[in-house]
Amino acid sequence: MAENKKYNFSRRNLLKGLAGLPIVGAVWWSGAKASKVSENEKEFILEELNIKASPPPPSGSMAGDPIKIGIIGFGIRGKQLCRSLGFATDEWLTNMKKSAEENPNDKRLEEFLDQEDLNVKLTAICDIFDYQAGIALDSFNKDGNEIKRYKTHEELLEKSGVDAVIIATPDHWHAPIAIDALLAGKHVYVEKPMTHNIAETYRLKEVAESSDKVFQVGHQHRQTQSFLTAQDIIKKNILGHISLIITNTNRNDDNGAWQYHIQETASPKTIDWERFIGNAPMVPFNKEHFFRWRKWWAYGSGLSGDLMTHDYDRINCILKMGIPDTVTTSGGIYTHRDGRNVPDVLQINMEYPNFSTGTSQDPGKEKGMTFVYSATLGNQYNRPTVLMGHDGTMELGNSVTLYADPRSTRYADLIKAKKINPYVPMYQYDPAADGVDAVTSATAKYFADKGLLWTYRDGKRVDSTFLHLREWLSCIRNGGKPSCGIQEGFEEAISAHMGGLSYKLGRRIEWDRENQQIVPVNGIDLDEALLMNQEVINLDRIT
Amino acid sequence: MYNNLNKAQLNVLVLLRIFIGWHFLYEGVLKLYNPSWTAKAYLMSSEGIFKPIFTKLASDSIVGLVDGFNIAILILVGLFLVLGILEKRAALLGSILLLLYYLSHPAFPGINQGPTEGSYWIINKNLIEMAALLVLMYFPTGHYFGVRRLFNREEKANPQTV
Repeated sequence: MAENKKYNFSRRNLLKGLAGLPIVGAVWWSGAKASKVSENEKEFILEELNIKASPPPPSGSMAGDPIKIGIIGFGIRGKQLCRSLGFATDEWLTNMKKSAEENPNDKRLEEFLDQEDLNVKLTAICDIFDYQAGIALDSFNKDGNEIKRYKTHEELLEKSGVDAVIIATPDHWHAPIAIDALLAGKHVYVEKPMTHNIAETYRLKEVAESSDKVFQVGHQHRQTQSFLTAQDIIKKNILGHISLIITNTNRNDDNGAWQYHIQETASPKTIDWERFIGNAPMVPFNKEHFFRWRKWWAYGSGLSGDLMTHDYDRINCILKMGIPDTVTTSGGIYTHRDGRNVPDVLQINMEYPNFSTGTSQDPGKEKGMTFVYSATLGNQYNRPTVLMGHDGTMELGNSVTLYADPRSTRYADLIKAKKINPYVPMYQYDPAADGVDAVTSATAKYFADKGLLWTYRDGKRVDSTFLHLREWLSCIRNGGKPSCGIQEGFEEAISAHMGGLSYKLGRRIEWDRENQQIVPVNGIDLDEALLMNQEVINLDRIT
Repeated sequence: MYNNLNKAQLNVLVLLRIFIGWHFLYEGVLKLYNPSWTAKAYLMSSEGIFKPIFTKLASDSIVGLVDGFNIAILILVGLFLVLGILEKRAALLGSILLLLYYLSHPAFPGINQGPTEGSYWIINKNLIEMAALLVLMYFPTGHYFGVRRLFNREEKANPQTV
């Protein structure tokens, strides 16, 4: 009996003692089944879409003799480019060290120090402002690197013996220097926009095409992994006929509106003012013009050249749609009435009536697309880039998110069978996380929208400018074609100039595809109109 | 202890125990069978004063371990609660896990809650379920309804067998 007191296996006790077992069984079975169903759906969709989310092939070896590089223009962008090359100023290093000490999550210094050595020497600098040139001389004359300053780019090209130059000057100097550099037998990396007016765009194209040197335009996003995935999505016709693309600039801060810091030491004594003016109309020395040159057509190119070119090239590298047939632009100076003459709110509509990304519908419905660039410097609500097709929508950024369209032809059966829910992403690709995901939940979407899925900082984040420069250097060393060469730059520049012209003239600008030129407008000198320091030109007065 | 409780009180405690166990078990099993599940995004989105700790747990080198522990604890707590065995320890373990969930996304004013199914001020469902587990820890019912009953040495303590 004593034994029975320890273990009481009466029928009632067994029933009440083991009643939990069937519950465990049921819950387990149900959970496993639910996971399996969701896994099967996911695999089914991934198989159906068959998108290749492979990383880009790395550019070639950096072995061999160091490449001697000259930097022309050492302002904000010039310094960034030098960092990507492996040369950070003392000031930046000090600031980043301090910042990393205060905030352990700030990995900028760590990432810079971890960056691969590109085996280059920064041996020449040309900046017309003594202060900037001084920073370069102070910071880069050490650790086996010798750098010398040249007052003009001609002098640099002639005397420095560099193999290649990086051009990060104001826009109106991009093409003149790039042309001189190519003619002097130097490889060229030039910042965007490639050119500042139409005539020099053709001249640079001619020179670059007849040169055997490597020419790269600084659209570094071409190295972004998500864009290569997006290319595959387009190739597989997953979106169907794309009729509308919307890209945006959403900024609401002084820096974003080009209100850059004005250096106290700037004076006609420390700045070669005539050099700065270059081919622009001469005005008396003006610090505002020098430091905030992006605000004037004479030196910069406003939203159309400065920022639309990013979005244009992002889409052009995916769709390869080229120069639009027509462009209509409107906008104005509505948020920063500070004397600038480039617009701060701008809408550019680029028409491609004959362009096709493919179709799932009956023949005859597959052509025609509008590319909208919509910008304001007075609000930073995050409008994503969207490519809108008959079968689906792609949200494009550092990640790629795809939605099936509820009225899609291609996915109609799958939507009806509830295998695809058009209101949650059917595919999501995030290069920062491993692998791909599909049929994500509302929660995952929330995380994705907040950008939390791609802000990991485990040292895996790579600077795309570094990759873009590396590609250029690899082409110099090992041969090959850079991803943003003269043809890509030509398409970017002409499209931007058409956008600017349309704004200036208040009319539609057309592209003559056959003759590869902008259709003349009432005998107007288009370059004169484009660069004129007026808000909008009165067409009647000119004609 | 349950001698002091009447049958109705025991029954509702059993109900509470099975419901919470059910919930834990299902959450654990779902994650176990979903190879792409990870707590990474949840940890990355942590808010409040413990954010640095939770975002650290999301780093690539640690998150796999965190995921494994999370699944194991969910399943074990679920099993023990549903079966009615080792329930005190299971309840304590479960309440600690829920407290961690709570601390990673505390329902304090001014802190982003992320997607929730209700509106909360300081107290949210994680915290309530944690409190319910503390109740179960102090009022075990495995002797009355659960595997524990089969190993009951003090037979007379169980009113049902008298």
